Amino acid sequence: MNGLQIVVLGSIVPDPLQTLEPVAGPTGPALKNELMLPAVLDPWAACALFEAANLAKKVAGSKVWLVALGPKAKLQQVMMSVAQKAPFELVVLDGPAGGFTDAAETASVLAGAVGKIPGLDKGKLLLFGGWQSASRSTGAVLSMVGEKLGVTEQFQGVDEIDLAKDGGFTVLERIEGGCYQKSHCKGAPALLGWATGSLPEPPNNPQVGMQNMRFIMPALAKAQPAPLKGEGLKHLGVEVPSQRRETRIVKNASVDDIARELADWIRA
Amino acid sequence: MTEDIASAPTEGVSSTENSSDELPEGFERQRMDVDIACVGFGPAMGGFLHTLSQGLTKEDGSPVAESKAMPGMPPQVICYERADDTGFGVSGVVTKARGVRASFPDLDLSQIPFATEVTHEEVLYLLDPIGASRRPFALRAGDKVLKSLGLAKEYAYKLPFIPEFLRKEPGVLLSMGQFTQWAAAQIMAQGQAQIWPGTPVAGPILDDKAVAGVRLQDQGVDKQGKPEAGFMPGMDIHAQLTVVGDGPVGAVGRKLDQTLGMPTGHHSREWAVGMKMVVDLPEGCALKEGTVLHTLGYPEPEIFGFLYVYPGNVASLGIFVPSWMDSPVRTAYRYLQHWMQHPTLWKHLKGGRMRSWGAKSLQESGRQGEPFLVGDGFARIGEGSGTTNVLTGAGFDEAWTSGALLGISVLELLREDKPFTRENLERTYVRRRRESWLEREAKIAGKSRDGFQMGVVQGLIGMALSGFTEGRLNAPGVSRKPHERIPSLEAYYAGRFTVGEIESIRRECTAKGLPLHDALMERVGWPKIEYDGQLLVSHQDALLMGGKVQAPAGYRDHVTFKSLATCESCEARVCIEACSGQAISANPEGGAPLFDREKCVHCGACIWNCSKPGPEGGESANVDFQAGAGGLHSAEN
Repeated sequence: MNGLQIVVLGSIVPDPLQTLEPVAGPTGPALKNELMLPAVLDPWAACALFEAANLAKKVAGSKVWLVALGPKAKLQQVMMSVAQKAPFELVVLDGPAGGFTDAAETASVLAGAVGKIPGLDKGKLLLFGGWQSASRSTGAVLSMVGEKLGVTEQFQGVDEIDLAKDGGFTVLERIEGGCYQKSHCKGAPALLGWATGSLPEPPNNPQVGMQNMRFIMPALAKAQPAPLKGEGLKHLGVEVPSQRRETRIVKNASVDDIARELADWIRA
Repeated sequence: MTEDIASAPTEGVSSTENSSDELPEGFERQRMDVDIACVGFGPAMGGFLHTLSQGLTKEDGSPVAESKAMPGMPPQVICYERADDTGFGVSGVVTKARGVRASFPDLDLSQIPFATEVTHEEVLYLLDPIGASRRPFALRAGDKVLKSLGLAKEYAYKLPFIPEFLRKEPGVLLSMGQFTQWAAAQIMAQGQAQIWPGTPVAGPILDDKAVAGVRLQDQGVDKQGKPEAGFMPGMDIHAQLTVVGDGPVGAVGRKLDQTLGMPTGHHSREWAVGMKMVVDLPEGCALKEGTVLHTLGYPEPEIFGFLYVYPGNVASLGIFVPSWMDSPVRTAYRYLQHWMQHPTLWKHLKGGRMRSWGAKSLQESGRQGEPFLVGDGFARIGEGSGTTNVLTGAGFDEAWTSGALLGISVLELLREDKPFTRENLERTYVRRRRESWLEREAKIAGKSRDGFQMGVVQGLIGMALSGFTEGRLNAPGVSRKPHERIPSLEAYYAGRFTVGEIESIRRECTAKGLPLHDALMERVGWPKIEYDGQLLVSHQDALLMGGKVQAPAGYRDHVTFKSLATCESCEARVCIEACSGQAISANPEGGAPLFDREKCVHCGACIWNCSKPGPEGGESANVDFQAGAGGLHSAEN
């Protein structure tokens, strides 16, 4: 294979705006009615997947894998939405995705699955993922997977990648103060933790969906169990960020007034 | 057998619906060929795809037929669903589940969240504790008698028995969203059919009266449908068979009705908006799992209500506001809040918390609303095909069964290698449907609601007549087009307040971009809603907290107004009053109402809550409603 070999790590999170309520489950903390909540591909990982597909389209012979760890039934449901957007091959690990797992254990399982992908040349590996996760947002798993796979060139908060003809690439990473750090890397293997990237969400393409689905259902059938026991992991407390809701309808408010009120609200 | 489409009116039929296919330079509309293209994933499509999937493979593992679209492959079956997930349908379901149980003989309800057996059922006639309800003389007299006899404790009278035709026990309680999510997973796991949510279908590809497939909505367009960055013309999906199960307000079904007309004597004029919540009941609530309450009589006599208790101290509850209520301010959300606060319900609900909220239009014409079920290249299933039984108030299992019957029929044709012509589909699907319990019971129910055309009391008597005589006796009533029956505000409130007062309220609300219903209802005695922040919340909070409504960018507005001049001259503006999500609002600068896609729950109530005819004449009104992406993002409804 002469093209790029991009592995995207991405799992599912509850659909935005869902009401989340932590509860104590038999194996530790969990989200109330988690399996009833509609789910989506983690938005950060989705950006990584769309960027990967865009790169693969530019370099002939490239291939994209999506390695997803989550409850198999939910992953199947989410794939029905994701698979029309970009071509990829799915690798499924059937395990929890609630954000209450041990990052190191999760990273071990994911690294193991990446290592077993048939035909993958680790010397050419571009490991993509979200620089954070919408489930718990430790942002630690991706880096750990890279370390376990020996990928030491790591970039986080990436918004852009520019491929050179010699196989090297330039990346823009978000750094403090609203600035970018521009780095040049000689080439794969490398790890890119994506921020939002610069691409819009691709439209649904039925042909891409049909092509993907031929591999997705067998991948789901072959899903490896990944129970993530969390041995030694202790949760001292679990809570969702507090919310305050106050609805008013105000007409003809000036921009300055709106900004002032928002600032006051944040300060309070 | 069904009436021949060939004898249907042909006015307005074009040789192809895609003749106006002008694309910007450099763009080409792509085409994909499949064997069976399906539109809309609800219970009917669940029944179809499950039945089809089970029979597509022989015992030796080989397919029963070869794909004509992709030779060498098994038949390619694709289903497109407009909503962003297969679990975003809306309906609390109480059903005898005959069809579902036939499809799943070993059905284990514990595998479907919120599913449980019906354990207790009551019908409650609700009196008006406030005095604002518009009750006809007969009801007022009846209320007095009940009160004087001490039979109306907490302003409710429990019917001493439930007629067999209304009784749902023994039966099953389900959440529509959770059931369709579960059913989709079962179907996908069989690997014979693909279901793609988030994919609205623009309309059928027509070749005279034959359907050759469907066209998907354009993506990467602005609100007016003009191409923007990332433009992708909606793909043409060509298929030997198009299965239309997109419900009563689906773009494909309604386009077929418009193009092919309806069989003689049939119409789809009767509607209701069903609005509901899923509620965490307060701790210590006396309602037990499996309880089913049906209500009638309040907040207006025409409004029916339901409350089902799921496992885990959770209830699904809501009301139905019918088209024959004849009020130009029939706002379901405000009425839902008054209904919940009726003393006999509020004692159970006070302190509860809204988990989910949603609304949908129900096609209430029943068998009278049955369109041409089949034609060359297409078949209709589910609610949009007239399956809802308007006497028993049941539609879920009927829809599922219609899909299952089509599934058996399609398998038969595939095995025989017969094309999906009108004749072949009539010989298989329509025949099976006519011979089924679905048809037998639909015939009994056929005229059961005609009496409501004359008034609510006549309607209730009519239902009882039809039910007890198995359809042999029915109360008479002649239906009217929805837009012809809505009176003006002035006529509706005549005698209660003056034309001048109405005009003053109208001016004030329009200037603020508000609907009129709150001001009008409070003027006639309905108390303001005291929000508690968890169950009684503003309409907009219900959208965000309960419905989680979202709208992806890149699609055109799916609600538009056909004649702006007609809107300009319209004073009733029922579309604004009845909009389930307050997505349609008054334009303070005049002209047509404004539409905000980010608030739309795609219930389709605007289609039949418009008091002005469309410029093309016929049955339709001045609102156009297409398939759009987004809407509710709750899987609990």
